[in-house]
Amino acid sequence: MTIPANLKYAKSHEWARLEDDGTVTVGITHHAQDLLGDMVFVENPTVGRQLAAGEECAVVESVKAASDVYAPIAGEVVAANADVEGSPESINQDAYAAWMFRLKPANPADLDGLMDAAAYQAHVESEAH
Amino acid sequence: MLKQTPLNQRHRDANAKLVDFSGWEMPIHYGSQIEEHHTVRRDAGMFDVSHMLPVDLKGEGARDFLRRLVANNVDKLQSTGKALYTCMLHEGGGVVDDLIVYFLNESWFRLVVNAGCADKDLAWMETQRDALAPGLSLTPRRDLSMIAIQGPRAAEKLWQAMPGTQELAGPLKPFNAVVVGDMFVARTGYTGEDGFEIMLPNKAAPYFWMALLEAGVKPCGLGARDTLRLEAGMNLYGQDMDERTTPLESGLAWTVDLKSERDFIGKDALLRLPRDKQLVGLKLVDRGVLRNHQAVFTAAGPGEITSGSFSPTLNASIALARVPASVQPGDTVEVEIRDKRLKAVVVKYPFVRNGKALI
Repeated sequence: MTIPANLKYAKSHEWARLEDDGTVTVGITHHAQDLLGDMVFVENPTVGRQLAAGEECAVVESVKAASDVYAPIAGEVVAANADVEGSPESINQDAYAAWMFRLKPANPADLDGLMDAAAYQAHVESEAH
Repeated sequence: MLKQTPLNQRHRDANAKLVDFSGWEMPIHYGSQIEEHHTVRRDAGMFDVSHMLPVDLKGEGARDFLRRLVANNVDKLQSTGKALYTCMLHEGGGVVDDLIVYFLNESWFRLVVNAGCADKDLAWMETQRDALAPGLSLTPRRDLSMIAIQGPRAAEKLWQAMPGTQELAGPLKPFNAVVVGDMFVARTGYTGEDGFEIMLPNKAAPYFWMALLEAGVKPCGLGARDTLRLEAGMNLYGQDMDERTTPLESGLAWTVDLKSERDFIGKDALLRLPRDKQLVGLKLVDRGVLRNHQAVFTAAGPGEITSGSFSPTLNASIALARVPASVQPGDTVEVEIRDKRLKAVVVKYPFVRNGKALI
């Protein structure tokens, strides 16, 4: 699967998308769900929570294992996707559509510190070796 | 370097995700572990379990040796092909391994042991053999592959894949086996469904696998095998019991014969040790997933999850847990998951049998 060019990526395998209203939508990558396998549980951060960049803020669990999800940038949680908590398998079906939560960034420029699709592709390949 | 079974290329051809399992390169799934799980509950799936080791015990006095070697009573094995599930204990009562013993005749029994324990088991059995019955031979059968075909449609698809098997294997009752040509066909499994475990020469295994595939049997990985056996309430060696735990505190009292006069290795310890722990089933009430080694809090004291996962059949999280002996089905307990205490209820297991939820 190709890595969408319109998103930014963290080394810990989250994707981030800047929305028109200035918020940032966060999910986990196709590669991350592929490593974990069939998803059975998602726990999102509560709305209003202030997150530091790199902070553990959500959990995804597959049949196989639990995995922490980290905030790709600092900000306040303004929305959490209840649909994905009700249907964790939607992450397996389309990891880039099944968003987890939205942040109001503390500093929108922080997004520039994340990887683009090409850099993320290289990161995934380097981890495979 | 990981060991490979004769079916390794078949797994690669089927896009398996291969992982290190006890030093063997084995398929964990072929795409979706949950779909494979449902296939076995509703139709028919097959597992490569060639990493497990058949060991042939041959010679005069084989039965007497087994009376001493294993905790269950091999005198229950009276008809040809009959199988017995048992633990093999050390003197302290801990479990060296769990295994199936097949009775072929008075001078030929076949034992099937876990992959991760195979070397240790052989060494242990040889030591006991040398001391008790040096005339017996113990032959590891790495020349054999093993394929498990499991599910409500396993039988009909096996007959289709291997014309001629129905006549001999069709009448088999559960926990019985028959030799069909160079195949050893046992009506056994690790899923809680009807099915067969078939041992056959390594060279024949890939062809047999293809024939099963053509008959519509779906390849399933060890991931599904684990959730299936957990739902079926079957122990996994190394998790639910090991050398530090006895079968009596591992839900395996039914496999231990303490009634007969027979003296087996570990019996003294079992009679002597306190029986203050037991294995129970748990079903998580709150949202989350139970996992191995999570702490359990009961009114009678602490415990620990030995096997926990998500149950695809029940669409809930279930576990086996070792807890104080006074804990009862219906009790509410707490399980610590990521610093939170979540509510779970103690249930009788098995959780699922023959496709049906029991809790």
